[in-house]
Amino acid sequence: MPAEITLRDQTHAVASGSTLRHALEKIGVNPDTVLPTRDGELLTDDELVRDGDRIRLIAVISGGRQ
Amino acid sequence: MKCRKCGDRAVLNMRHHRLSLCREHFLEWLPQQTLRFIEKYHMFTPDERILVAVSGGKDSLGLWDVLQRLGYQADGLYINLGIDQGSGYSSTSRQKAAAFAEAHQLTLHVVDVPAELGASIPTAAMLTHRGLHKPCSVCGLTKRHIMNRLARDFGYGVLATGHNLDDEVAVLFGNTLSWATGYLARQGPVLDAEPGFVRKVKPFCRLYERESAAYALLRGIEYIYEECPHAEGATSIYYKDVLNRMEAERPGIKLSFYLSFLQARAGGFLQPATGAARPNMQPCPNCGQPTTSGGTCSFCRTWDSVRSRLSTPAEGMDHNPPG
Repeated sequence: MPAEITLRDQTHAVASGSTLRHALEKIGVNPDTVLPTRDGELLTDDELVRDGDRIRLIAVISGGRQ
Repeated sequence: MKCRKCGDRAVLNMRHHRLSLCREHFLEWLPQQTLRFIEKYHMFTPDERILVAVSGGKDSLGLWDVLQRLGYQADGLYINLGIDQGSGYSSTSRQKAAAFAEAHQLTLHVVDVPAELGASIPTAAMLTHRGLHKPCSVCGLTKRHIMNRLARDFGYGVLATGHNLDDEVAVLFGNTLSWATGYLARQGPVLDAEPGFVRKVKPFCRLYERESAAYALLRGIEYIYEECPHAEGATSIYYKDVLNRMEAERPGIKLSFYLSFLQARAGGFLQPATGAARPNMQPCPNCGQPTTSGGTCSFCRTWDSVRSRLSTPAEGMDHNPPG
């Protein structure tokens, strides 16, 4: 079962075996703008993506302030 | 990745610091860093009363949490902007702020803009030239006025906001692109008090937004995830994206940009031109807050105009605009 990475309402299927950082870059997400979690735990971006992973990204960038 | 301090599993890798920490040590590290900045920039002392502007978001609630943990006397101020139509944004953010205050037995002042001023921010923006295209200008004007007014009325010596490093460098970047030297001269961790204005401080100014978010998550702080619906397309978000792309290639560039700016400013880089007159500030005859206008301040002019237009409908005008 492929791994999935979800950011807001978009889910991407990603191959297992690479680092999270590499997987994020492949799907066009800047790792510095998100916090990856798996089962409610924060992950560092050197974690390897495993088969069946359900990784939820929390967007950290807010805006509209002066 | 292992925690640099104890070797346990790290939860956050901060490439710009070459530092990765476990949950326990990160939750110690961030308040320690905040304290370091509070002291370095002489933001406030433990015996001063601090008013924290809380929006229900991760930065302001995280800041309030840190200040409380550090033992400072910090109360909160939430401003209900009335941004609810279709999004429930203000209702949700208010609920988050109130829940945090109650859980920590903290004092939260609430100012309701629609009730107090007569219209929500989106409505006011539609009725004024200032807010012609977006409510942000009216929103900022209103929030700054209310924050200062409340701080003065309740005797707080310091107003603290949750601005983080990403916020600061986005503003710095924009002001540098246009060489807005007036704004650049006033940007920094501390805006000193002036007659009629309380001191404003940004204790999180050197913390990356990602660090602030991690703190809120790890502390279990319930904050509003959704953005203000009017933030879409905001220039600040665009600048943050540009800066984060640079950061991805060159970790630490955002912090370096900010610290170098502070150093340059301290070294006199933004001295006013010789002979330039300092703006003459006089109290607004309506609200008493300082203004350079020579008459009524821009906040009072704006809201007088809003209330006037609401009470004297023009033909063909929608008197109940959304928001």
